[in-house]
Amino acid sequence: MRGRWGFIGFAVLVIAVVIAPQVSTHYRTFQLGFVGIYLIALLGLNILTGFTGQISLGHGAFMGVGAYVTTILIVDHGWNDLLTLPVAGVVAGLAGLAFGLPATRFAGPYLALATFAIPLSFIGLLKRFPHFTGGTLGKQLPSVHSQFGIHANSSVWIYWVSWVIALFMLVVAWLIVRGRFGRALRSVRDSEIASTASGISTAGVKTVAFGISAFFCGIAGGLFAIAVTYVNPDTFPIDLSILLLVGIVLGGAGSLSGMVFGALFVEFIRITWGPALLDLFSQVHHINTRAPGSSLVVYGVVLLLVLYVAPAGAAGLVRQLLTGKTAVAAWAKQSRRAAEDQA
Amino acid sequence: MQQFFQALTSGLADGSIYASLALALVLIYKATEVINFAQGEMAMFTTYIAYALLTHPHFGHTLSYWPAFFVTLAIAFVFGVGLERVVIKPLERASVLSVVMATIALLVILNGLAAWIWSPELKFFPSPFPTSTWVVGGVHISKQDTGTFGVTIACVVVLWLFFRFTKLGLAMRAGAVNPGAARLLGVRTSWLLALGWGFAAVLGAVSGMMSAPTQFLSPNMMEAVLIFAFAGAVLGGLESPVGAVIGGLGLGVLLSMLGTYVHPVTPELRLPVALLILLVVLLIKPAGIFGRVVVRRV
Amino acid sequence: MAPLLELKDVSARYGQVAALHSVSLTVDEGEIVALLGANGAGKTTTLRAVSGTVRRSGDVVFAGKRLGRAGPEQTARAGIAHVPEGRGIFAELTVSDNLRMGAYMRRGRPDFRMVLEYFPWLDARRNQQAGTLSGGEQQMLALARAFLQRPRLLMLDEPSLGLAPLVTREVFRVVGDLNQKEGLAVLVVEQNAAIALNTARRAYVLETGNIAISGSSDALKSDDAVRSAYLGY
Repeated sequence: MRGRWGFIGFAVLVIAVVIAPQVSTHYRTFQLGFVGIYLIALLGLNILTGFTGQISLGHGAFMGVGAYVTTILIVDHGWNDLLTLPVAGVVAGLAGLAFGLPATRFAGPYLALATFAIPLSFIGLLKRFPHFTGGTLGKQLPSVHSQFGIHANSSVWIYWVSWVIALFMLVVAWLIVRGRFGRALRSVRDSEIASTASGISTAGVKTVAFGISAFFCGIAGGLFAIAVTYVNPDTFPIDLSILLLVGIVLGGAGSLSGMVFGALFVEFIRITWGPALLDLFSQVHHINTRAPGSSLVVYGVVLLLVLYVAPAGAAGLVRQLLTGKTAVAAWAKQSRRAAEDQA
Repeated sequence: MQQFFQALTSGLADGSIYASLALALVLIYKATEVINFAQGEMAMFTTYIAYALLTHPHFGHTLSYWPAFFVTLAIAFVFGVGLERVVIKPLERASVLSVVMATIALLVILNGLAAWIWSPELKFFPSPFPTSTWVVGGVHISKQDTGTFGVTIACVVVLWLFFRFTKLGLAMRAGAVNPGAARLLGVRTSWLLALGWGFAAVLGAVSGMMSAPTQFLSPNMMEAVLIFAFAGAVLGGLESPVGAVIGGLGLGVLLSMLGTYVHPVTPELRLPVALLILLVVLLIKPAGIFGRVVVRRV
Repeated sequence: MAPLLELKDVSARYGQVAALHSVSLTVDEGEIVALLGANGAGKTTTLRAVSGTVRRSGDVVFAGKRLGRAGPEQTARAGIAHVPEGRGIFAELTVSDNLRMGAYMRRGRPDFRMVLEYFPWLDARRNQQAGTLSGGEQQMLALARAFLQRPRLLMLDEPSLGLAPLVTREVFRVVGDLNQKEGLAVLVVEQNAAIALNTARRAYVLETGNIAISGSSDALKSDDAVRSAYLGY
């Protein structure tokens, strides 16, 4: 989001958010509500990946942490569902910090592989302590109904709750990223050596980025639980973390506005676009498009294509359209060796 | 006593599986600074190919175990080289982060493809070793564990011999240390990267085929193994092939001992415990047990 | 007689910055030619342009054949040994592994006997890790390794860098020996103009990517401009 274009973009988004439920079915509105939820998660992950340059395959688990905190507070302790969200965020954020503290001593790629262990460990822990978590059976949440005296269909209600929070978190993310801390993040992404030489504690910055991104994901997870009304250990597998990552790259890592595209992708690819793409493909070759694993293949191929063709993601393409400048995704830019211009 | 040796041998067997995959990770890492996230899925996929060779008739008959094993290794090699040329090479000018993302994409594609082609249900994969034991000094030692350990370590040793004593092996080592200088000596470093991927794929295939009998063949079979392998590699210091092997073996034995003697540690906790061990070791010794802290020239 | 190496209007750039502008020079069979100039003049770039480490335009002709754009591997196979800035040794490998790499392209066993004639001290250090050698020893190792390539042309980039004067003299003595006894042509890039001009027969002086002066070493040594700018007197 840069200057003038950023504000225009935000205004357009707000208008779209207001209009959408008026022109959609309840089901479609419900789906669009999830776009808002994923947007929150992607904003968080983007702060870590796009702005700080650290890949994480574990953020689906932080959503899971938030989801379970929310669930336990609502089901076992009778809390009001919306009030659980800040707690979900904070607990997830603390988990992120706890992981980040030792783990950010790793450099980029090893950190990524360490994060791969998070969702798997999380699932293991969930099953190990069924007394709290309901074990493999999970927990059921009460169904969603509107509050504060507003009478609305539950799908529409969830849509509005998600988007109000999402837009709020978008502003929060923007504030985080534009200040001094944001500059520190970007300097760590671009050159760890230079950052250290400038006196920035790169491990410290990365740890905080981990905590913040986990916080965002925790809130998203809490909302997710409220909307879906059911959680169990399989709700947050590694596939989700990967999907979030694909969403980031597709939307444009390092771009907050791009995350809207990313969130749209994450929500609709699974149910709508993925199968549609496969149906197209099956006109040519007869294949079973509902087969398990087919959607994963689609995500992976899409990710590769984006990496080869448009590493700056959708946001980069839009920027190119608007300003005519070819976007270079800062996080994917040429390695230092390119200075030699290898023949 | 029996319990101890039981834990030891099963720990070494598991550890050798981790060690093989850890070595594969280090091989690619040393040459390219990239961690191949798809290493586990490549191993899984090649194990499915072995499964196909064993259960479906090709050219009239199915293969028996050892022929299928070696044919799979050959196929894995070609597969590894092919993946590097087709998927990774186009990104040779891009940042390390981009290449890592590409390996993640590969992970996803292979996982999905395996489920798509062979369906996700658990399948039975045979072991070439009998389930009986031999008795040494009154203690029963599992032939299965010994066999797994033996085969995996044999492959590792063969690879070591290749790197130590052949011209190509030397060129690969040199290319990993200083690719620019190697090119000036006529070494086609680009192709050596592909070769590295080929060898890594072979190590992975061994890991997968030794894992599958106990874990049952499924698309997610190697997920946890990848983490254990990574932990082993990091414990050994990511730059050291010897460290990777020792780290993998050590982790296997440690986890096995913990699982046997420390009761709160149940099978579901294996992974979190491994992660914990990893984080603790790194807090104390950031370069791993065998690693040296590399001072980077700015 | 046609020169062994000829650069015709070679230009090179790093990204947007042009480093060489239409440089032309020659090296004859069996002669030592020096390439002098201040920091940033483009000396290293010239060598890189020849070996294909940097993208270039213009022609490079070696032993009558035009060198294509395929990169350093091709140049090495054509018979040019480029010892880069910083020596390019494999620090983690042993001395003997480094030497073996020199003979990578050749068939059969590496001719260590021949190498030991010029670098007898290497024998005792065979199993030492190359990175633990002193700067001068590393430079000698790089030379020995290049020699094992049996090249027709040796390109040296700033061999004196970081070395004490005595050691530098020793390095250049060996280079002179290789040239005289093996007929090896040498193109040496140097900031230390004095020693380069004493070893080479001819020299070129580069300034900001262009050849400013060229001629025999004797002529340059007595040239006032060269003396004050590069020789310090």
